[in-house]
Amino acid sequence: MRTIVLALLALLPAAATAQDLNSGDTAWMITATALVLFMTLPGLALFYGGLVRTKNVLSVLAQCFAITCLVSVLWVLYLYSFAFAEGGPWIGGAGKLFMASVAEAAVSGTIPETVFAMFQLTFAIITPALVVGAFAERMKFSAMLLFTALWVTVVYAPVCHWVWASDGWLFKKGLLDFAGGTVVHTTCGIAALVCAVRLKSRNGFPTTAMPPHNMTMTVTGAGMLWVGWFGFNAGSALAANGNAGMAMLVTHVSAAAGALAWMAMEWFKYGKPSVLGIVTGIIAGLATITPASGYVGPGGALVIGLLAGILCFIATSFMKRVLKVDDSLDVFPVHGVGGMLGTLLAGVFASAALGGFSGQGYAKGMDMRTQLGVQLTGILAVAVYTAIGTAVLLKLTDLIAGLRVSGEAETAGLDQTQHNERGYDL
Amino acid sequence: MKMLIAVIKPFKLDAVREALQDVGVQGMTVTEVRGFGRQKGHTELYRGAEYVVDLLPKIKIELALDDAQVDKAVDAIAKSAKTGQIGDGKIFVYDLKETVRIRTGETGKEAV
Repeated sequence: MRTIVLALLALLPAAATAQDLNSGDTAWMITATALVLFMTLPGLALFYGGLVRTKNVLSVLAQCFAITCLVSVLWVLYLYSFAFAEGGPWIGGAGKLFMASVAEAAVSGTIPETVFAMFQLTFAIITPALVVGAFAERMKFSAMLLFTALWVTVVYAPVCHWVWASDGWLFKKGLLDFAGGTVVHTTCGIAALVCAVRLKSRNGFPTTAMPPHNMTMTVTGAGMLWVGWFGFNAGSALAANGNAGMAMLVTHVSAAAGALAWMAMEWFKYGKPSVLGIVTGIIAGLATITPASGYVGPGGALVIGLLAGILCFIATSFMKRVLKVDDSLDVFPVHGVGGMLGTLLAGVFASAALGGFSGQGYAKGMDMRTQLGVQLTGILAVAVYTAIGTAVLLKLTDLIAGLRVSGEAETAGLDQTQHNERGYDL
Repeated sequence: MKMLIAVIKPFKLDAVREALQDVGVQGMTVTEVRGFGRQKGHTELYRGAEYVVDLLPKIKIELALDDAQVDKAVDAIAKSAKTGQIGDGKIFVYDLKETVRIRTGETGKEAV
């Protein structure tokens, strides 16, 4: 009994009391949490929904909403504990199971722990929701649910712990990942690639035309993602301060630069700038700045955004036209490549010695060379672990529930065959 | 009696309606269709994936006519729907065996 009590006491945020509570920080973090949830519901749902064919629009919305609900419940049950409870370098402990120890008065830093837990939950929600883009239009709903539950347990929670928990091994190494270049974008990007390869292409890809059925829906979703991303990045400051302000500024700059760069690439290569290109460039810019957002300055963000637009554009074309891998909604080339690129660039533009492109400076004892080493370690470790984990979990899911709908169901559409519903009745 | 089916470019619908009214043809059924004859489609691009869209939107007009009206109607449509560019469309004339007005039960010429 005594051991349990001592263990529980040890898990309380050290020395944080109600007096540390800052209402400004708390107000901002509650808002940021809402903004990030808004990114998934309905931001990402609409963004993805518009990109698929009419017969599958509901399936995408259903997947985003169902993932939100599933991950939320699992978070309370055990994911929050595995991610953030004190444990070891690889995984959190059991101290926050059922969030039983998260009392109303519990404080994390300067905000209530409930708010911190909620904020982190919205990240755990959007990460598997992003993976939906890779297997859109052909994955069984049941298999998707099972896979998601397994994936957030085996991949997301541990990686989150490595990078953002104070006893995580990458945290201790000083990995710069402010808002999820590795935890969110690299994991979802790599998982998407593995899923796309494993599930194989949609019937008819790449010769049959599968254009987006509703670009206005997609663009609406993109707008919500941009605005919501301020919660994602500036909220990762966990406070209402200059760090958050700068994170918001660099996020915005990178989005704008990414869009212009993609637009230019497309204009040059294909002759016309498309709206889809503009919004994809925005997302590429946002994904790439994510890990760097708390460490760089606006000059660095400009470069990061431009590189994001250019490199993610090339990666997308490469995946579609050369590799012909059907990552249906380009999750890997945009989020995966962007996240990994941004994590690397965070190590460059954090430097305070780059003149107009300077960032906030390295931690004590680090310089560009050593920091880049850590960044690379983080990227590789997360990428490799995610790839292996995802492959294994897909195999397991296949054994239990199958993965892909039948050819007939795929042709009839998932809305009808998986949900008995129609998206439109015009 | 004859059934007339005309496939025309969508933006020509108003002109064709007016032209038909001018020659005394009231009533028509209009459907949105897709098709092509010799007109080439266009290419659309989505994130690098190129699609040739060759099923082009057209408007199909169906008219049930008395024999006496057919020539005037064909003429009116042909003139008003023409642009001179490939893809202007076609007119088909079928023999119509019977027509019934549902409200009154009239048949034949009175029902057209």
